[in-house]
Amino acid sequence: MLASEVPAKGRSTVRSLLRLWPYVRPVRTRLITAAVVAVIASCTGLLFPLVLKWMVDGPVADGDEAGVWLGALLLLLLGVTEALLFGLRRWLVARPLASVEAAMRADLFRHLQRLPVAFHDRWASGQLLSRGTTDLMLLRMFLAFPLTFLLVNGATIVVGVIILLGQDFMLGLVLLAPVAPMVIVCAYYEGRYSAVARRAQDQVGDLTTVVEESVLGIRIIKGFGRHRSQARAFRELSHTLRGTELAKARILAAIYAVIMSLPEAAIGAALVLGTVRVADGGLSAGTLVAFLSTALALRWPVESIGFLLAMTQESATATERYFEVMDAEPEGGASTVGGTKAAVTPEDGAPAVGGTTASDGAAPSEAGGLRFHDVEFRYPDAPPDAPPVLSHVDLHIHPGETMALVGATGSGKTTLTALVPRLHEVSGGRITLDSEDITAMERERLRALVAVAFEEPTLFSATVGENVLMGAEDGAGEAELARALDVAQADFVHALPQGTDTQVGEQGLSLSGGQRQRLALARAVVGRPRFLVLDDPLSALDVHTEALVEAALRRVLADTTALVVAHRPSTVQLADRVALLSGGRVAAVGTHQELLRENAEYAWLMSGAETTETTDAAAEEAAR
Amino acid sequence: MQLAVVQAGRCLSRTAIDRGVPAVRADDYGPLTAVAVGYLLCAGASGALQYAFIVASARVNQDVLLDLRGRIFRHAQALSVDFHERYTSGRLISRSTTDVESLRELLSEGLQELITVLLSFVYISVMLLWLDLGLGALAVASFVPLYLLVRLYQRRAGVMYRNRSTAIAAVIVKFAETMNGIRPVRAFRRERVNDAEFAVLNRRHERSNGDAILEMARYVVGSRLVANIAVAGIVLWGAHRVADGGLALGVLAAAVLYLRRLYDPIDRLGMFLNSYQSAAASLEKVAGLLAQTPTVPEPDASAARELPASESEHPGREVRFDGVRFAYRTGGEVLPRFDLALPAGQTVAVVGSTGAGKSTLAKLLARFYDPTEGRVLLDGVDLRDLPVTELRRGVVMVTQEAFLFSGTVAENIAIGRPDATREEIEHAAKAIGAHDFITALPDGYDTDVRKRGGRISAGQRQLVAFARALLADPAVLILDEATSSLDIPGERAVQRAMHTVLRGRTAVVIAHRLSTVEIADRVLVMERGRIVEDGSPAELIDGSGSFADLHRAWRESVVSF
Repeated sequence: MLASEVPAKGRSTVRSLLRLWPYVRPVRTRLITAAVVAVIASCTGLLFPLVLKWMVDGPVADGDEAGVWLGALLLLLLGVTEALLFGLRRWLVARPLASVEAAMRADLFRHLQRLPVAFHDRWASGQLLSRGTTDLMLLRMFLAFPLTFLLVNGATIVVGVIILLGQDFMLGLVLLAPVAPMVIVCAYYEGRYSAVARRAQDQVGDLTTVVEESVLGIRIIKGFGRHRSQARAFRELSHTLRGTELAKARILAAIYAVIMSLPEAAIGAALVLGTVRVADGGLSAGTLVAFLSTALALRWPVESIGFLLAMTQESATATERYFEVMDAEPEGGASTVGGTKAAVTPEDGAPAVGGTTASDGAAPSEAGGLRFHDVEFRYPDAPPDAPPVLSHVDLHIHPGETMALVGATGSGKTTLTALVPRLHEVSGGRITLDSEDITAMERERLRALVAVAFEEPTLFSATVGENVLMGAEDGAGEAELARALDVAQADFVHALPQGTDTQVGEQGLSLSGGQRQRLALARAVVGRPRFLVLDDPLSALDVHTEALVEAALRRVLADTTALVVAHRPSTVQLADRVALLSGGRVAAVGTHQELLRENAEYAWLMSGAETTETTDAAAEEAAR
Repeated sequence: MQLAVVQAGRCLSRTAIDRGVPAVRADDYGPLTAVAVGYLLCAGASGALQYAFIVASARVNQDVLLDLRGRIFRHAQALSVDFHERYTSGRLISRSTTDVESLRELLSEGLQELITVLLSFVYISVMLLWLDLGLGALAVASFVPLYLLVRLYQRRAGVMYRNRSTAIAAVIVKFAETMNGIRPVRAFRRERVNDAEFAVLNRRHERSNGDAILEMARYVVGSRLVANIAVAGIVLWGAHRVADGGLALGVLAAAVLYLRRLYDPIDRLGMFLNSYQSAAASLEKVAGLLAQTPTVPEPDASAARELPASESEHPGREVRFDGVRFAYRTGGEVLPRFDLALPAGQTVAVVGSTGAGKSTLAKLLARFYDPTEGRVLLDGVDLRDLPVTELRRGVVMVTQEAFLFSGTVAENIAIGRPDATREEIEHAAKAIGAHDFITALPDGYDTDVRKRGGRISAGQRQLVAFARALLADPAVLILDEATSSLDIPGERAVQRAMHTVLRGRTAVVIAHRLSTVEIADRVLVMERGRIVEDGSPAELIDGSGSFADLHRAWRESVVSF
C-alpha cells in the first residue's frame, strides 16, 4: 500500500498539539489577547438576557418610560461593544495565524530539503505535499477557531452556569445533570474519531501521490492507453477515502446527537419545573424568561463543543503527521547545509585530517586527488542481513586524472558516485578529497568542490542561463555561461525563443533528453570544479554530438580530477584509466586496453560479444 | 425539519409561560404535561434528526467530491501530452487537492450552515410576524442592510480567494519540483536559494490568506452591529407598546427570545460565505481545467473503426504517413509535409542529430500528437478513428524516461497488459534480460519500488519499461532512445529479444547508438525535419551520405582501441 509506514503513535491529543507551541509562541500575545477579547464578547452576549429580564420585570411592567429608554440604550451599547469585540478578535489573529501557517510550511520545506536523499527515496512526494498543504491549513483553522472557542465556549459555559445557578439554584442543577453522561459518551467517540481522521488524512496523501504519479508518468499511461485503468485505481482509492469520510461523519453525527438531545431534554425539564414554580409563585415570570434565555444562549457553546473537539482531534493527527517528517534527522555529520557546525566524528574514529586543505605538492600522487579507502555502503533502511551494496572499495584517482567507472547494470556505479558529494553517507571506510576526509568537511564546501551531472538531467523552473549557472559560484557571468555551453555543445540554446533567457523546467519549454543532458553537463562544468563526477553524461547524445562533447570535455578534464560512469567505449575514451565495479567492489583498475585484454568481464561489458551464444539461447528459450 | 423541531421547543416555552402558568395556578396540569411531553419528544427527535441529517449530508457531500475528484482526474488523463507539457504537474495536483478541499469545506460545513441559516431566517421571521406583525416587520426590514453587507463582502472576498488559490498553487509547484529533484538540489547547493524563492511564494500566500481573514472580520463587525441595533430597536418599540397595552408581556418575551435566535446564524452565514467564496475561487480554476479540450481526442463511438483483421501470420501492421505536416500551435514548423510508408514487419531505424524531428515523428505515430495536416494510417485506418484500446493494441511507445509507478515491480510491468498472469510477466522479463536483477531484489517481483531495498537503477528501469512493452504485444513498437541507459550487454539482450520476441512486428527505433541500426532492415536519416536518406543499412554505409560518415565515426569509436 501507499500509506505511510509510520503507524499512528499512541500520543495523546494534547501532547501532539503542545508541539505546536514553538510556532505559536511568537504570536502568543495576540492569540491570548484575542481569546480574552472573545471571552469578554461572549460574556457581553450573556448580559443581554439579564438586561432583558430587568426591562421586562422592571420598567416595562411598571410602564416606566425612562427605564425603558435606559434599557434600550444599554442594549445598544452592549450590542455595539459585542460587535466591535468580535471584529477585534478576528483582526488580532488574522495576520499572525497566516504567518504561523507560513512559518510551519517554510520550516517543512527547509527541513525536507535537508533530509537525506534516502528519506526522499522512501517517501512519496504526494504524502509530503499533503502535509505541507491540507494539514497545515487545518492547523491554521484550528488555531483560529477551535482552540480559541474551546477556551471561550468553555468559559462561557462556566460563566453561564454560574449565572444560571445564581438565578435559580435548583433549575441550574437540573440543567447540569446531563454533563456527566455527555462527557463519557463524547470521550468514547472522540477517541474513535481521532483514529478515523488519521486514516482519512493518510488516504488524502495517497490520493495526492496517485495524482502526481499519473501526471509525471503521463507518457507511459498514454503510450499504453492505460488512462482508464489508472482512473479505476484512482476511483478505488477515492472510494476508500469516501468510506473513511463517511465513517468519520457517522461518529461525528453520534456525538452531535448526544450533544443536542441531552441538553434539550434538560432545558425541557427546567421549563416544566420552572413553570410549576412560577405558578406556585416561587419564581417570577421574568426570572424564568431570563433563565431560559440564558440556557438557550448556552446552547450554541455546548453544541459547538462536539465539532470543536472533533476538529481538535483532526488537528492533533495533522500535527502528528507534520512532525513525523520534521522529526526525521536531517543530514548529520560535519555540518548541516545551513552552516551550523556540529561535532566531527568520522566513522572509523580516525581524527579528521586537520589542516590539510591544500595538498601542497608534498606527495600529490600519494595523498591527493579523490580516494576511496575501504568504502562500504548499505542503504540505511536496508534489512541488516542484506549484503552491502558496496564493500571494500579502494580506489585512488590522482589529481588531474580522469577515471572511468564501468560495471554491469545495477552494479552500484551510481550509488558510488552519490557518495562523493555525500548524497548518501558511507557506512564504512572513508572518502578523501586531497587527503581531507569528506565527512569532516562542511557539506556546503564539499559540494562546491565537487560538481555532479546526473544520469537523469533535471532542470528547474528557471531560465537556461540560471539553470547552468547554478553550478557556479555567485558572480559568474556571461563568459562562464558561454564557455560551459560551448563545452557541452549546447549551442541549440541560441536557437531557443529567448536564447539563454528561455524558461525551461516544469513551467517552461520542454527540451529533449539530449538537450537536457547537455545543459546538465554545462551546469557541472561551469564552475570549473576541482572534482567532477559524471554519471553516464553522454547517454542521450547522438554520435556526432557525443564526439564533439568528448573533444571539448577532454580539455576540461585535463586539469580536473574526475570520476565518469561509462557504459560505452566512446565514453571510456575520455578517461586515463578505468575501474571495473563488480560484485560491490572494484575488481580491476587499468587502462582500457589492458582491461580489454586481461579482464573477461570488462571485455564482455564493452563489446557484448563474449557470451553471445549462451544469452542468445536464453533469449530464444524465453521467447518460446 | 430538525430545525422545525427545535423551533417548536421555543414555541412550547411560550405556551408554558402564557398558558401553563395560569393553568397550574388553576391546578390544571394538563397544558404543562403536554408541554413536558412535547419538549422531551423535541429533544429526542432533534437528536435523531441531527444524526440522520449529518450522515445523509455527508453521503451527498462525499458523492459530490468523489465525482469531482474522479472527473478532474479522468479529464486530466484524457488531455493530450502537449497539454501536460504546458500545464505543470504542481498546478494539476493543486487543482485536485487544495481546490477540491475547499469545496469539501463548503459542502461539509458551509452547505449545512446555509440550509440552517436560511431555514431559521425564514422560520423565525414567520414566527415573529405571526406573534406580532409590527415587530416582525421591523425584524424583516433589518435584513435589507444585512443583504447589502453580504453582497459587498462577496464582491471583495471573491478577489481575495482567487488570489489565494493562485498563490497556493504556486507554492505547490515549487514544493513538488524541489522534492522531485532533490538530488540536484543537494548537489548544487540550491537549498538556500530555494528557501528564499519558496519564502516569496509562501509570503504571497500568507498575505492573501490574511487579507481574506481580515475581510471576514470586517463583515462580522458590520453584520453584528446591524443585528444588535435591530434587537435594541425592536425591544424599545415593543416595550413601549407593552406599556401602552398594545402588546402582551408574554408575546414580547417570546419575541425577544426569537429575536436573539434570529441573528444567531449571522456568524454562521459569514462562515458560509467564507467557504463559499473560497470554493467558488477554486471551482473557477477547476472549471478552467475541465474546459480544456483534448487536442488529441478519442473518436466518437459512431466514428470509431476497428483495425482490419490481420491476414498474414505476422502480427505487424503497415504504417503510412500520408501528406503529413506538423507544426506547433505557436507556429514553428517541425516536420514539413512528407509521405512515408513502412511495410508490415519492417524494423526501421531513425537516426539524426538532436532536434531533427525524430521524436516528433515517433509521437505522431504513437498519436501523442495529431498531424497539423495529412493522416497517419495503420493498415489503412486513420489513427484518429481508432478507439484507445484498439490504438494501443496497435502501437506502443517506449521512451527513454522510464518512470516507475508506486507499487511492485510486477505491477509496473503489468501496465503493459493489466490482465497478464504472473507467468506472462516473468516471461516478458526473462526475454528482455530483466529477470535476474528482479529476482535478486528483496521480494523479487513483489518488491515495492518505493520501499526498502526497492532501489532500481536507471538501466534497470529501462529494462522494466521494455518488459512492459513486450507484454503489451503491439503490432507496431516504437523505441525512442529506449536503450540509452543500458550497458552494451543489456542493449544486446534487448536487441536479441526484439529479433526473437518481436519478430514480424513493425518497429521504429530511434537511437543514437548505431549498434541498434545493425538490426534494422531500413534506415531513415533525418535532418531539420526532413528525411534526407532512406535505405538499407548496407546501402547507406556504402553510400556517401551523412549516414556513412556517422557510421564510420561510430565504428572508429568502438574498435579504435
